[in-house]
Amino acid sequence: MPLRTTRREFLRAATAGMAAIVAVRPAAATPAAMQDAIGAVVGTARVTKGRVKLELPPLSENGNAVPLTVSVESAMTPAEHVRAIHVFTEKNPQPDVVSVRLGPRAGRARVSTRIRLADTQTVVAIAELSDGSFWSAEAAVVVTLAACLEET
Amino acid sequence: MAETLISVPPRARRGEIVEIKTLISHPMETGYRRSQLGARIPRDIIRLFVCTYNGAEVFRAALHPAIAANPFITFSTVATETGTLTFHWTGDNGFSVKETAEIRVE
Amino acid sequence: MLRLAAALGALGLAVSALAAEIPSAERRSGYDFMSRETRAMQDDDTANPAMLWVLEGGALWNRKTGAAGRACADCHGDARASMKGVAARHPAFDAGRGRPVSLEQRINACRVERQQAPALAYESRELLALTAFVARQSRGLPIDVAVDARTQPFLDAGRALWERRQGQLNLACRQCHDENWGHRLAGSVIPQAHPTGYPLYRLEWQALGSLQRRFRNCLIGVRSEPYEYGDPALVDLELYLKWRARGMLMDAPAVRP
Ligand code: HEC
Ligand code: HEC
Repeated sequence: MPLRTTRREFLRAATAGMAAIVAVRPAAATPAAMQDAIGAVVGTARVTKGRVKLELPPLSENGNAVPLTVSVESAMTPAEHVRAIHVFTEKNPQPDVVSVRLGPRAGRARVSTRIRLADTQTVVAIAELSDGSFWSAEAAVVVTLAACLEET
Repeated sequence: MAETLISVPPRARRGEIVEIKTLISHPMETGYRRSQLGARIPRDIIRLFVCTYNGAEVFRAALHPAIAANPFITFSTVATETGTLTFHWTGDNGFSVKETAEIRVE
Repeated sequence: MLRLAAALGALGLAVSALAAEIPSAERRSGYDFMSRETRAMQDDDTANPAMLWVLEGGALWNRKTGAAGRACADCHGDARASMKGVAARHPAFDAGRGRPVSLEQRINACRVERQQAPALAYESRELLALTAFVARQSRGLPIDVAVDARTQPFLDAGRALWERRQGQLNLACRQCHDENWGHRLAGSVIPQAHPTGYPLYRLEWQALGSLQRRFRNCLIGVRSEPYEYGDPALVDLELYLKWRARGMLMDAPAVRP
């Protein structure tokens, strides 16, 4: 007579087996390293929360390519525009992700790319405006790992 | 050989904000990974992407290893005049790829 | 470890009794299990990184090569017409070899016999690019592999491999993909494993890869022998999965997590 096993038990058992082959990720940067990297960009200026919108999926299926969009409220005129946008992460091996320079010719302050996240963590975007002020937004992303990986 | 995929509207009204999307084949090897034998795989990334519009720079991005393989970057520019957009990616190991796209402004 | 093996052993008996094919109304492509973001990446050709390989494949299609000095296009002309539906009906029976061949093997046969060029290595950039370019011409078309007296034994062999428990975890493909699809495993949802999108860009690989590479990942996942690329057993498995997904629409080159 076959023994019955519930689905939950099956999944727990399978997960235990599969989890052992999950890739080992490299040592991570610390939140302090992120603060240093931010300091290198903003200097002694004050960074205020607001005006920046950081779009990231709250849950990512794979940390290798997480879509990211940053937009900043700005008229984008020669007199008043966004000069730069910087993105940092807390727990990647290196806190810097991307730094873009733009100006009034962009028409609107909005950029998108795809980033790597080594782990579940917080991402910070900082915008530098033409009046010298800095604005920021942050988002937390939960990264899940694939079940079936390569031999490496 | 690095393939690129660039999306620029072929025509636009003067003053219109146009969206530009770029994709380029590149492994963006972080420098933090190790081979099966344990040796560190050296970093090989695109470090800089610059877009110029009839010679004037309109957008620049400094990339770090946290940018996903086959970098995808989208941004915008105001259609000011008919002309050429030039896209230039440069990086480690002498990587340099330049592409252009024409835009007609009416 | 021993306890895990025992639990799975008991499970194997339990689920064998429940063996059932997924009814066609419930069949769902891996696409349907993906997040909105990953689907968006596949939906927009200008955002889908797999299109970089398609572009390269298109260039290779037109390039003369080998001792024959012929390009694919010299014989096949416009791929949009000549390669339409070809990926949807592969693996297909090859009379010369007396067995079904995968699309990669079919392309390599033309490389060697018609172009008189050396075969391209499995998972090489060039072979993936050509395969992606050919597969792209089947987008939106239903999967339709020919099952007849010649292919039936290979289809049966593929099904047997699918249903056999294997590896240190003693799991069959079927246990996850027919009987536990939709459930989460180590953070990812178990899909039904339909081969609609290959070759595809897997975020985990950060590159394009073939259906056989995907098989090998799951084989390694259950800690079983992964087989060599091109092994007849893997081609049989491709044939079985294509048959199992008959009528589903091709979405190659797709994106998967
Ligand atoms: C323990 C459960 C499990 C077993 C056993 C298993 N797989 Fe998978 N398979 C998965 C999961 C989970 C995924 C989703 C991707 C991932 O790994 O994150 C997947 C994905 C796939 C895909 C990709 C589907 C797509 O949409 O592209 C294919 C094909 C596949 N498996 C085939 C197989 C084959 C063939 C076997 C048997 C040799 C097998 N799997 C055994 C869990 C399993
Ligand atoms: C010298 C002419 C020639 C060249 C060059 C050539 N082929 Fe072919 N190809 C054929 C012929 C003839 C057939 C069909 C007969 C057969 O089965 O061999 C065929 C069949 C195929 C098929 C199967 C089509 C189907 O309907 O099932 C594919 C796929 C294919 N070729 C791809 C390619 C690719 C890709 C290239 C370039 C790398 C290429 N061929 C180069 C002559 C050629």
